[in-house]
Amino acid sequence: MGKIVLKSVRKAFGEVAVIPKIDLTIDNGDFVVFVGPSGCGKSTLLRLIAGLEDTTSGTIEIDGMDATDLPPAKRGLAMVFQSYALYPHMSVRKNIAFPLKMAGMDPAQAAQKVDAAAKVLNLGAYLDRRPGQLSGGQRQRVAIGRAIVREPKAFLFDEPLSNLDAALRVSMRQEITELHHTLKTTMIYVTHDQVEAMTMADKIVVLNAGNIEQVGSPLELYNHPANTFVAGFIGSPKMNLIEGAEATKLGATTIGVRPEHLNVVSAGGWAGVVVLSEHLGSDTYLKVETDVVGTITVRAGGEVTFKHGDTVQLAPQAGKVHRFGADGRVFP
Amino acid sequence: MARKQSTRRTLGISLLAWVIGLILFFPIFWTAVAAFKSESDAYTLPQNFLTTPWTLENFGIVQERSDYVRYVFNTSVIVILSTLFGLLLAIPAAWSMAFAPSPVSSSKISGWAWLGIIFGCAALCFGVLYAYDWKPNNAALGIVLLLIFVLPASLWAWSRNTKDTLLWMLSTKMMPPAGALIPIYLIFNRNGLVFKDWGWANWSDYNIMDSFWGMVPLMTMLNLPILIWMLFTYFKEIPVGILEAARMDGASLWNELAHVLTPMALPGIASTCLLNLILSWNEAFWTLNLTNKFAAPLSFFISEYSSPEGQFWAKLSAASIMAIAPILIIGWFSQKQLVRGLTFGAVK
Ligand SMILES: Nc1ncnc2c1ncn2[C@@H]1O[C@H](COP(=O)(O)OP(=O)(O)O)[C@@H](O)[C@H]1O
Ligand SMILES: [Mg+2]
Repeated sequence: MGKIVLKSVRKAFGEVAVIPKIDLTIDNGDFVVFVGPSGCGKSTLLRLIAGLEDTTSGTIEIDGMDATDLPPAKRGLAMVFQSYALYPHMSVRKNIAFPLKMAGMDPAQAAQKVDAAAKVLNLGAYLDRRPGQLSGGQRQRVAIGRAIVREPKAFLFDEPLSNLDAALRVSMRQEITELHHTLKTTMIYVTHDQVEAMTMADKIVVLNAGNIEQVGSPLELYNHPANTFVAGFIGSPKMNLIEGAEATKLGATTIGVRPEHLNVVSAGGWAGVVVLSEHLGSDTYLKVETDVVGTITVRAGGEVTFKHGDTVQLAPQAGKVHRFGADGRVFP
Repeated sequence: MARKQSTRRTLGISLLAWVIGLILFFPIFWTAVAAFKSESDAYTLPQNFLTTPWTLENFGIVQERSDYVRYVFNTSVIVILSTLFGLLLAIPAAWSMAFAPSPVSSSKISGWAWLGIIFGCAALCFGVLYAYDWKPNNAALGIVLLLIFVLPASLWAWSRNTKDTLLWMLSTKMMPPAGALIPIYLIFNRNGLVFKDWGWANWSDYNIMDSFWGMVPLMTMLNLPILIWMLFTYFKEIPVGILEAARMDGASLWNELAHVLTPMALPGIASTCLLNLILSWNEAFWTLNLTNKFAAPLSFFISEYSSPEGQFWAKLSAASIMAIAPILIIGWFSQKQLVRGLTFGAVK
């Protein structure tokens, strides 16, 4: 069980309100990703849930019980840190067994659980090594192993993959997702990488300057961004946000069109000059400097042959233009 | 980056180092030689240590006249117990300074103002009553003075952030110990004169002069600031994330200290222990003033031989060598640890 409810949670360091006021419900079994730019308060929010920071005001409920004033050890949550935070003086086996030892579990039973966790995470061969003798990916696995043996109410991950290289990051990402499918335990995952958020989450919470901009499934956020911040943050390459005459024509302050929703047409579109053309094989990303809508990015097919200096005409696909008002919010 | 040095330069520097080393070592060298000479040979000028015969008689006489083993025992009791109690106090203190700093928050400031008002009122009431010729007994006065000064002072220290507290603690080591000798002497001795005069503690045969009950706490307190300071620098090097991981793993405060912090800081704790051992082994001011028999340690043992009866240099030397030998041996075998401990942080 792991339902977590935040009610009017506020966190200030001295005079600075890092998190002004957040209300959020995380349902049992969900994989929730907190995503936002660096310094927006994601870690702080996670640490508030963990109990590693005290709330300035507001309440945090875990499984219907007020946990606001509970110390971290009493909340029944497990956390995986960005720095792994393994105990350097203990073997991998002892690291993984530590939470069980703290819970007062019988050593024989604990050893069984450690072996089981090691098997799931392919750590069997390393159980007697010290963390210092492991690679980054292996350390991360140990940290995850230490989190799962205890069968916590929920897992908290704080940018667990950001110290790994790109290839390892992708495979670990899949491992964590699979782990969630097997365990079906609530997971809260913090990242600044929207690709991680999109690929892993059941539900994404987009944070900006300590405020929730939008909560929703990856596709909801992609298809119906609530405001220009979410529109620009979710999706890669970024959505083109266009202001000025073209926006006014549609009765909006800003309009947004994703690069993949722009077509290269023969006539009648926004005319512009290709300044950059990136061929990825499957796709081609064009950066086009137009007179009417500024510089915009377009995703074209892999076979297009536009190159620097070519003139093209661009038109948004029907129904794929997002319209935002002066306050940045989307028009319904 | 390797820098080539001329052989002559290296030679010069090592020569200089040796000369300085020998000059520093000379007194100990002299003591070590004199200990093995007869009393008259050690005393006669000009001294000729090369031709005079060697002898072990001084050690025999010293052992006969005073029970060396007993002094070693007393020193060991004071040193070991004070180190243990010191660590027991210093580890949690250093932990809270390194990992749970308490900067002044607004709630603390208001709590503070509130306390200030209470104490101010109490002081005022007392002043008024006193002016109207009310004669309180000394006991009440003592308690109120204690409350007015000591409590706010400790609250102040508690509300400060770590840096202030550390400095404040270290500042107690800057005070000349002679300044505190009289009050501590009075507290130790004269059947608790201080407390009895105040009237609020009448332990008529209370006397911790020349006893472990007095010396162990005193030595503990004496070195506590240095202990805390050193441990603090070590603990600072431990990533707080690891302690947070322990908290997330369900470790209680005790388990966090016992299973994570202490083992990780073991090298630091060991060198702190060692330094404390050496400092309290060599301590002479307080032990000479506050002991004379039952709890007298080795410093007292040495001083026995600089008596008004005359200068017994050979015996004094023999006693000194016997007194410093154990700590010298410990120091020799642990010098690597000790140097690492003392330069920790500085070379990082
Ligand atoms: N202990 C602290 N004291 C003061 N400010 C802090 C503390 N921890 C975090 N902050 C500030 O809070 C903001 C959010 O930090 P954080 O939650 O770590 O961001 P994120 O994880 O989203 O990158 C940052 O501006 C940071 O400087
Ligand atoms: Mg962070």
